[in-house]
Amino acid sequence: MDPNFSKRATMSFDSLPNKDEVDPEVASFIQMESQKAELQAQVHKLADVCWEQCVDRPRDKLDSRTETCVSNCVERFIDTSLTIATRFQKILQGAAGSM
Amino acid sequence: MDFSSGLPAGGKMDSASKEQLMSQVKQQIALANAQELLQKMSEKCYKKCISKPGTTLDNSEQKCIAMCMDRYMDTWNLVSRVYGQRLQRESSRMS
Repeated sequence: MDPNFSKRATMSFDSLPNKDEVDPEVASFIQMESQKAELQAQVHKLADVCWEQCVDRPRDKLDSRTETCVSNCVERFIDTSLTIATRFQKILQGAAGSM
Repeated sequence: MDFSSGLPAGGKMDSASKEQLMSQVKQQIALANAQELLQKMSEKCYKKCISKPGTTLDNSEQKCIAMCMDRYMDTWNLVSRVYGQRLQRESSRMS
């Protein structure tokens, strides 16, 4: 992991006068909004992937077969990410154990 | 964008400038979101509808683009719904 990542991610707040005294209501608002923005970015990503896989010729409505495909696409994409994260963790643990 | 006006030394803000800041942040995020969607739709619908770029967008290409846009937004909304439901299921499984 890039050691500067978290530093860079918060860099935009560095210009505020005093981090410790940032209004707590504003701080929690910003945190909520960045979380929402992250979720929306994920929806953009998934819509891209599932559109490519499920929609052939755009018709006058999404038919039920396409809807099922999109819905399965989202679910299986998340399953895939979770499976990969779990397996990756095991690989890391295995590597750490053999050192 | 100027956030400095509501930020006197010490970081305490009055509630009016706080509200203004929050609505500005919300607006910026909504704008970025709309721009992302526009960019995706242009890319996707160009790919689907314009196989051989001619000297103008002909009638059938324009119809295809309109249809494609509507379907992309349908897809986006469906993805958003399914994703949200999945997140809820995952978080209730955790607790």
